[in-house]
Amino acid sequence: MKTISEIRSDFPILEKKIYGKPLVYFDNGATTQKPECVINTINEVYRSYNSNIHRGVHALSDIASQEYENAREKVRSFINAEKKEEVIFTSGSTGSLNAIAFSFGERYITKGDEIIISHLEHHANIVPWQMTCERKGAKLRVIPINENGEIIFDEYLKILSAKTKIVAITQVSNALGIILPVDKIIRAAHSLNIPVLIDGAQGIQHGITDVKALDCDFYVFSGHKIYGPAGIGVMYGKEKWLNEMPPYQGGGDMVKNVTFERTTYNDLPFKFEAGTMNFPDAIGLGTALDYVLSIGRENIENREQELLAYATNRLSGIKGLRIYGNSDKKISTISFLLKDIHMYDTGMILDKLGIAVRTGTHCAQPVMDRFGIDGTVRASMCFYNTKEEIDFLGTGIEKVIDMFSK
Amino acid sequence: MTINQVQDSIIDEFSIFEDWIDKYNLLIDLGRELPVIDPKFKTKDYLIEGCQSKVWLHPEFNGNKITFTADSDAIITRGIVALLIKVLTDRTPDEIISADLYFIDKIGLRQNLSPTRSNGLLSMVRQIKLYAIAYKAKTSK
Repeated sequence: MKTISEIRSDFPILEKKIYGKPLVYFDNGATTQKPECVINTINEVYRSYNSNIHRGVHALSDIASQEYENAREKVRSFINAEKKEEVIFTSGSTGSLNAIAFSFGERYITKGDEIIISHLEHHANIVPWQMTCERKGAKLRVIPINENGEIIFDEYLKILSAKTKIVAITQVSNALGIILPVDKIIRAAHSLNIPVLIDGAQGIQHGITDVKALDCDFYVFSGHKIYGPAGIGVMYGKEKWLNEMPPYQGGGDMVKNVTFERTTYNDLPFKFEAGTMNFPDAIGLGTALDYVLSIGRENIENREQELLAYATNRLSGIKGLRIYGNSDKKISTISFLLKDIHMYDTGMILDKLGIAVRTGTHCAQPVMDRFGIDGTVRASMCFYNTKEEIDFLGTGIEKVIDMFSK
Repeated sequence: MTINQVQDSIIDEFSIFEDWIDKYNLLIDLGRELPVIDPKFKTKDYLIEGCQSKVWLHPEFNGNKITFTADSDAIITRGIVALLIKVLTDRTPDEIISADLYFIDKIGLRQNLSPTRSNGLLSMVRQIKLYAIAYKAKTSK
C-alpha cells in the first residue's frame, strides 16, 4: 500500500493553505477531494476526444462512446452488478433517487400502498418519496431510531407488511456516520417479496459494496463522494425492475422509433439516459474507481477505522463535547456539539484555523429533530486524513471552548 | 454621532487588532453589549430567515426614530447584530434607508464569512431596511 504521504500527494488540493494555515479537510461527507488522475482524465476528454456519444459516425464520437461505455463497465465491476445494462448514469444520488421514486411509483404504487424509509435518511431519500406518496395516495412509513442513533429493527419488522411496495434505506447515516444493517433489512423485506433500494451516497466510498451479495434491488451513489467529479452519479437496478419501469425523462438516445403518433423506447440502459449524458464526468468517475481499487478498498476501510477510533478517543476526552451517533458500526464521521457553544461559533473558529468541517442539519433535519437539536458539527474523515490532523482538530476545539467560555 | 461617524469609530476599533482571533474576541465582547430583545418578541414573527444561527430582531418606532433590539443563539452572530444595531438604532427611517454600510468590508468581516453565512448578514441588513421602508410608508400616509 502507498504511504500516507504518497497518498496525500495524489490530491493536489491537500497542499493548499487556508488563511496561511495548512488545510485540514474534514468535510469528506459533503464532497471528497479529487486525485490528480481524475483531474487529468477530465482534461484529457476535452483535449483529445470530446464529441457527443452514441451519435456520430466519426472517429472522435466512437472514442468518446467507447470510453463512456468503459466507464459503465468499471462501475458494474466495482459494485459487482450482474449486467452492464443495469448501470444507469445520472446526475448523482439525488437524481437517481428522484428517478426511481418517480418511475417505480408510476409502475407499482397505488392508493393505500406504503413506502418504508428510516429516520436516518437525508432529504434526498425522503422528499422524492413524499412526492410519490402525494401523487399516488400512498403512505410513508418511517423506521424509528434509538438514543444512540441506531434504527430499531423490531419496529421495522412491525411496519413491514403486504401494503409495503418498496423499502428505501440509506447504507450509512450522513449526519451521524452510523452504518445500517442493510443485509438484514433486505432479507426481511425479500421474505415478503418487497424490493429494497439502498442509498449508497455515504456507503460506496467506505469499504466494499457488492450489490449481488447484498441482493438489493436498487443501489444509488454520487461520483463526487468517491473521489470522482461532481454532476455524475449512478442508479443501479435489477434488470427485471428497470425493464418494467417507465422512463422518467424523454428525449434523444432513449428512443428506438419516434413518430408523432407513437414512440418506442430504447433498451436498457439507454431507456433511462435521455439527451446528451454527462460523459466527461462519467469517464472521470471510471478513473476515480480505478484509483480507489489501486489503493485497495480493504486498505481504505482499515485506515479509516483506525482514524475513527483515534478521533473518537481524542474527542471524547474533551470536557463538554458530546458525540451524536454511538454505534460500533460507523464510518469515519463524528458528529458533535460543545456544551453551551453554538455549532456555528464552533465551525467559524475552526475554519479560521484552517479546519473544514460542516455545521448544520446536514440535509437530515428529522435526525436533528429526533435529538432535539438544531444541528451538529460534523468532522467526516477519509483515508487521506492523518492522526496529526485529528490532533489539530482536538486542539482547535479546545481553543473554541476557551474563547467562548470566558 | 451620524451613521458614518459610528461606522468610522468601529473601523478604528477593529483596526487596532492585527490578529483575527483578537477581532473575534472583540466581536464576542460586543455581543455582550447587545440591547437584548424582550423574550416575548423571540417568536417566529421576528426571526430572520437565511442565517445558519437563529437571529431575532425587533423594531420599535416612536413616530420619528426606530430603536432595535435583538438576540441570537450564536455568540459571533450576536456580535455581528450588535454592530449593525450600534450603527442603525435610534435613526429615522430615511437615515436607515439611505445608509451605505461600508464598515462591514473595512473591518474584514465579509471576507471571513462564506456566502451562506454572509447571506445571514445581508438578510439582517435587508430586514432592518425593510422595517425602515415600512415605517416610512406608514408616516407619509
